[in-house]
Amino acid sequence: MYHAPVTVDSRCAVAGRGPAKQMSLGPEASVTDDKSAPTADAADVRGPAEKVIAGRSLKQIAWRRLKKDKVAIGGGVVVILLVLVAILAPVLVALLGHPPDEYHQDQIDATFGTPKGSFGGISSDFILGVEPTSGRDVFSRIVYGAQTSLTVAFLSALVSTILGVIFGLSAGFLGGWVDAVISRVMDFLLAFPQLLFSIALVSVVPYEMLGLNARWSRVLVLVCVIGFFGWPYIGRIVRGQTLSLREREFVEAARSMGARSPRILVRELLPNLAAPILVYTTLIIPTNILTEAALSFLGVGIPPPNPSWGGMLSDAVATYSISPMYMIIPGATIFITVLAFNLFGDGLRDALDPKAR
Amino acid sequence: MVAYLIRRIFNAVLTLLVVTLVTFGIFFMVPKLTGSDPALLYIGKTADKVALDGIREKMGLADPIMVQYGKFLKGLVAGRDYANGPDVTHCPAPCLGYSFKTEQEVTPLLMDDLPVTFSLALGAAILWLIGGVATGVISALRKGSLLDRVVMTGALAGVSLPIYFTGLLASAVFVYWLGWLPQGQYVPFLESPADWFVQLLLPWITLAFLFAATYARLTRANMLETLGEDYIRTARAKGLPERTVIGKHALRSGLTPIVTIFGLDLGSLLGGAILTEAVFNLRGLGYQALQAIKGNDLPVILGVTLIAATFIVVANLVVDLVYGLIDPRVRLG
Repeated sequence: MYHAPVTVDSRCAVAGRGPAKQMSLGPEASVTDDKSAPTADAADVRGPAEKVIAGRSLKQIAWRRLKKDKVAIGGGVVVILLVLVAILAPVLVALLGHPPDEYHQDQIDATFGTPKGSFGGISSDFILGVEPTSGRDVFSRIVYGAQTSLTVAFLSALVSTILGVIFGLSAGFLGGWVDAVISRVMDFLLAFPQLLFSIALVSVVPYEMLGLNARWSRVLVLVCVIGFFGWPYIGRIVRGQTLSLREREFVEAARSMGARSPRILVRELLPNLAAPILVYTTLIIPTNILTEAALSFLGVGIPPPNPSWGGMLSDAVATYSISPMYMIIPGATIFITVLAFNLFGDGLRDALDPKAR
Repeated sequence: MVAYLIRRIFNAVLTLLVVTLVTFGIFFMVPKLTGSDPALLYIGKTADKVALDGIREKMGLADPIMVQYGKFLKGLVAGRDYANGPDVTHCPAPCLGYSFKTEQEVTPLLMDDLPVTFSLALGAAILWLIGGVATGVISALRKGSLLDRVVMTGALAGVSLPIYFTGLLASAVFVYWLGWLPQGQYVPFLESPADWFVQLLLPWITLAFLFAATYARLTRANMLETLGEDYIRTARAKGLPERTVIGKHALRSGLTPIVTIFGLDLGSLLGGAILTEAVFNLRGLGYQALQAIKGNDLPVILGVTLIAATFIVVANLVVDLVYGLIDPRVRLG
């Protein structure tokens, strides 16, 4: 046997994918709570109210901890706002903006091609300014960009999670050659020039397919590619947790009472894996947002004229030396979105991790 | 140890074989699926049928995929001859074929790009390793202080900032607004070390900032975990000065995980920092890869992928070996 010192957590952290510390989540998480700590004198009778509190589930404890974490709640609120913005995009644009593909040459200085007015043409009519040379409304492009970006990020996280849980659970539970093959594939995928391959794969697929228009067929391709490269991160966590849970007494108890493997997997193991799966799914979303924006920035993501944050940054390269606002707004949007998801994910991890302080 | 090494090298070669096979499969199957003809890509749309058949024969494009792959592997280790009757072109040992676009040999083409990527990756690596680890250690030692909170907030912001934003922002500020740094292109080190340094300064700092943020978070977490260990308490209890406790006991085990990550990061960067090179217009491996992908230049894509994967695999191997040296708990074999 050789010891591979490379842990998935350390790799995850590098890629910005996850936390730096190990986390162990299991049934013991619901045993203790701050309120039911031992009293100074063991003979003290606890109040009746406290007895009721003592039996809280992991979900309740986590929610109490999360509520106290103001930063995480702040992140969560921003995330919810962004999701609302994405869902209500058509309404918001109708109320506050102009159609995303409408040109407004009257807003552009004819000599320099820059927006008229200061700060990239920000005015009461164009609340985030206009795009240099074309005069398209930056606000509506950001709003529709949120729609694409969040759709790609959420769906690809879902794909990664489903694949990761299926393969991680199989590897950890079945062991033997199944584990050997799956672990080898995960190692291989993690030691792979992923961005290079994503670019290559995305760029060979035709722009329109399955009867979808260019925007949504590209979203589908991005979801598949990003989701596919993300599953080993979840898979390794799930595998590791399954390996340790498999040997626990409650699994043995279930088996001794005659439960078969499918029941043990679904009823005994999966509920105990829910917390780490939730945390790592949350933490994979910001990475997916960054990857989608990176691919669009490199010109292989969402095709123009469809709005995307990465695409806007890529357009801004030509003009940012004279009109920096058009670069700052999509950049700041990506930053705020990713930060919000990271803060919320970190908070969620701390709330669900019994070892966390 | 020797057995371990042989097994690891065997595994590494196997991984590389799979990488080439997968890349080969994807990029040589795709033209068939989408109906484009690699021979056409080589000589352009104006070519007549005879010329097309000639090029197909010469490049072996008509062969079944496994034969093509076999020839590719042979070219890699022994070089290969492209022949169509009397028309023979020899491609020496690590032969990666010919670019569809420029008809240059791929191997020297990529070798020309290596210095740019190496300069970028190594310079940034030094900066982020020193910066990230130092701030992480200091933060851990002063846990809960104002400094700690400021640094960790900065680090969290840092991991949420994509390089295609910070890079543009940094050039907007330091090149166009303040005018501290010149606009321009990469200058080879041997041509002018001073210009080389000045031109790479901004890419180094931006790239290093991104990594330093991750390293600071990671180092802090590792150090805090180590500082909570019993043996640190023992070291303090037996009266060792704090400097020895931290410097000799805590740092060693607190920083070993960093070695792993550093090796892997450096390995993947050496294979091409696609985003950084795109942002700063540096003509390295990553830039070359992007251009090749956009231009459907299959042999170049295959070459870059192979080089990138080689760096990652070698980095993995080196990291595991180094780990055995610095961490006595890890036994190789």
